[in-house]
Amino acid sequence: MVQHAHASLDLSFSALSDATRRGIIDRLGQGQASITVLADRFGMTLTGMKKHVQVLEQAGFVVTQKVGRVRTCRLGQRGLEAEAAWIEAHRKLFEDRFDALDEIISELKEEAGHGSAG
Amino acid sequence: MDQPVSSRDGAQNRTSIERKGDRELLVTRTFDAPPSIVFKAWSQAELFRRWWMPKSVTGVSLVSCELDVRTGGKYRLEFGTGGPETMSFYGKYLEVVPNERIVWTNDEGEEGAITTVTFEDQGGKTLLTFHEAYPSEQALAEALQGSAAGLPEQMDQLDELLSSLD
Repeated sequence: MVQHAHASLDLSFSALSDATRRGIIDRLGQGQASITVLADRFGMTLTGMKKHVQVLEQAGFVVTQKVGRVRTCRLGQRGLEAEAAWIEAHRKLFEDRFDALDEIISELKEEAGHGSAG
Repeated sequence: MDQPVSSRDGAQNRTSIERKGDRELLVTRTFDAPPSIVFKAWSQAELFRRWWMPKSVTGVSLVSCELDVRTGGKYRLEFGTGGPETMSFYGKYLEVVPNERIVWTNDEGEEGAITTVTFEDQGGKTLLTFHEAYPSEQALAEALQGSAAGLPEQMDQLDELLSSLD
């Protein structure tokens, strides 16, 4: 379960690390689109676009459906709550760590100010 | 390509975190003291051990800390989790330029990060950047899983425990 959650974070961060894929999510936010439309929009080949869509689909951001010969893409149900929590936990660790460092630096600065340390 | 994921502005010097690409993590913060002082707090073991593991991280404490901060020197940190066993983190300093930068390896595993900390003078203040570069995307994910990413889980467990005590 835990490993599954981490694997899922890997997938989603990796999916979002690419500007084109973030652009696809933005575009799909305005409404569904076919692979062909997306490929035109981003100036890519169909094969290239299919690969990007596949990555987004695996991460759960996009759902595709094939009707006849057209594959339509729309946004999936998956939000970014887990990613936000991950980031927040990491930020909190460094924030707390650096707050503690800040205190020690203040002490050192004071000592230096009194001419006893350097 | 870079993915800014979190930052906080305010009257104080807040911490910002960026996940750069798939393999790198960048944390920055400004401190109100010259680089010589920030470097000192980072490079002297008795000072370093007072801040590296924040009090907010419950259940984990830094039980020993040996730093030999010079090019070619080594470090070793041991964390206790309450039981007899400790977790060790160790490696060596690839480059140390006093008051400017420290670069070290993380040698606990095959795919440890190279960490670079720089101290940049900004008119009496210090812009500190903490940069970790992992050899692979997977290595970053695993390392984070072992540190901060474990936190929400620990907090959830604590939460559960507390609510069961009500």
